Amino acid sequence: MSAPANRIDTRFADLKASGKRAFVAYVAAGDPTLDATIDIVLGLERAGVDIVELGVPFSDPLADGVVNQLAADRALKAGATMPKVLEMIRQLRVKSQIPIVLFTYLNPVYTYGYERFHKDAAAAGADGVLVLDLPPDEVVQNTELKPTPELCHIQLIAPTSPPERIASIAKSAEGFVYYVSRLGVTGAQVEIASGIAEQVQIIKGSTQVPVCVGFGVSNPEQAAKVASMADGVVVGSAIVKLIEKNGASPDVAEQVEAFVKPLVDAVHAL
Amino acid sequence: MTATATATPLPVMPDQHGHFGRYGGMFVPETLMSALNELSEEYERAKADPIFQTELNRLLHEYVGRPTPLYLAERWTEKLGGARIYLKREDLLHTGAHKINNALGQALLALRLGKQRIIAETGAGQHGVATATVCARFGLDCTIYMGAVDMARQALNVARMRFLGAKVVAVTAGQATLKEAVNEAMRDWVTNVRDTHYILGSALGSHPFPMMVRDFHRVIGVEARQQILEREQRLPDLLVACVGGGSNSIGLFHPFLNDPGVRMIGVEAGGEGILPEKHAARFQGGRLGVLQGTKTWLLANDDGQIELTHSVSAGLDYAAIGPEHAWLHDMNRVEYNYATDEEALAAFSELSAVEGIIPALESSHAIAEVRKVAPKMGKDQVIIVNLSGRGDKDVAQAARMIFKEEIKF
Ligand SMILES: Cc1ncc(COP(=O)(O)O)c(C=O)c1O
Repeated sequence: MSAPANRIDTRFADLKASGKRAFVAYVAAGDPTLDATIDIVLGLERAGVDIVELGVPFSDPLADGVVNQLAADRALKAGATMPKVLEMIRQLRVKSQIPIVLFTYLNPVYTYGYERFHKDAAAAGADGVLVLDLPPDEVVQNTELKPTPELCHIQLIAPTSPPERIASIAKSAEGFVYYVSRLGVTGAQVEIASGIAEQVQIIKGSTQVPVCVGFGVSNPEQAAKVASMADGVVVGSAIVKLIEKNGASPDVAEQVEAFVKPLVDAVHAL
Repeated sequence: MTATATATPLPVMPDQHGHFGRYGGMFVPETLMSALNELSEEYERAKADPIFQTELNRLLHEYVGRPTPLYLAERWTEKLGGARIYLKREDLLHTGAHKINNALGQALLALRLGKQRIIAETGAGQHGVATATVCARFGLDCTIYMGAVDMARQALNVARMRFLGAKVVAVTAGQATLKEAVNEAMRDWVTNVRDTHYILGSALGSHPFPMMVRDFHRVIGVEARQQILEREQRLPDLLVACVGGGSNSIGLFHPFLNDPGVRMIGVEAGGEGILPEKHAARFQGGRLGVLQGTKTWLLANDDGQIELTHSVSAGLDYAAIGPEHAWLHDMNRVEYNYATDEEALAAFSELSAVEGIIPALESSHAIAEVRKVAPKMGKDQVIIVNLSGRGDKDVAQAARMIFKEEIKF
């Protein structure tokens, strides 16, 4: 670990020192507008969220469920583009130092320019990137997609990942490993998946990097239960759904804060 | 510019990771990686297994109706006044299009994988019908995703799929055509990958699909090559096929790629002309990008958002082209032109009236290209055009556009 400390690594070190688990929140950048996203992220920070994942909208989000698809549609209609999302992060950095991970698909990154994206996103104040349709295999095989030092590359591990893949992905992990707790697309679920604790232990056998678990978490009980089995929990669609419903109201950021606070508290109380 | 082959043979593609030069690959969410790797491995085993190949060939012959004729279109040749034109009659296959070559091969593969549930996307409905057909034949559970716009313009095929026992799910997102149907099928697959096989319908998507779909359609070109050698004692001067994702065209072209004298033209959908959102001609105004599992040439804006497309034919109305075509374009081995909606409709009418063969609107794009090039060629020259499907499914839409009449189906 020779790279300069990144906000994500610093945050996990702080959490570890105080014996706490991480709460990671996902929202779509530009939903309902880019200005509103700044207020919403500040609301998430006030609620105690540790890391924010910002979705950069893509027209064809094939790993996302309907809630996140509609959010991407709203963001695109409201004019969110890669340069505008980066500009929004630059503005946000004046007010907040919360760790930010950009969560997106390869085509917007590729079209912007893979290396240029990494430089510009880091300069704007982003800390990590998670490209849903860029498995580590392609990074190895495409010289134009080489790993860059500016951002943490967050990797996904799925319930279908066989042990050898888990080991090789975990070994090269940066920031944190995102364990997708169930098969399927993003979206809130009534029941949480089984086998999470076992899988997290297998991943932890291959890496020192923290493991966060997501996909389908929507209430404080689930959040606490999932987080208790790992180093942190990711909550997305449940927040996005609230924004879908109340995006037009002037106090949407406060509503998000009020919704997320009990979830964060349940996780931090562990 | 004429792209004739170099004398040096083309390298064998794809590489072991599914790359065709800088195109192709496996750009999918982690959840699908192990299923795709498993599929690749099983496909390699099946390819080398004489029992699998014998069973596939037997069913292609007895159930699907192979080999298909290579038919000399004498009246049409005379009318155009140039090269002799042969039609490769994929329209005569069971279910009415080439799509069943691939659907059958993949269904046999799903049985080997022990997967009892099949999903597929469809644009024109031909791949959906072919998939529903083989599922009925093998007793597999079948779900087809189809854009709501395509369901309206291909209503006949929707009814066929239902008779065949498939569940047809309408996709209403985005422009509600083929691309959205692929997204929805991928979402289903991510969710149900353990017991479900996705029969992708064109030479598209993540490895191993572009290679596997090509291999299952190579039979088109293998037969055509043998048939033309018997009829003409020589290879053709030109091959022509329409290109949606690129399966019928790569099936015809592939066995001829290393025959330097054989020129090839792939025909994309020019829609209402090469204006933003009015066509689906990826080599006209497209760019390099990544969509639905593969790196290829596609239609997107400066922000990397996929653009709307338009074509009169649902099967060509798609924003990305199969990665092997992107590579063949780079290699200057295949030329890519386009035909507009209007040209395709004129070709549809002409072939129907002159040869008594009603082509699919997709295939009509290839017919339109032949109308342009054949008259400029010598009478001693030979063209083979892939008649990828029959036009029954398009009759209501064509009547509306050509006769200005509504036919209630
Ligand atoms: C008859 C016919 N031809 C051609 C196509 C285009 O697909 P491809 O380019 O994969 O052959 C379709 C697709 O639906 C079709 O139905």
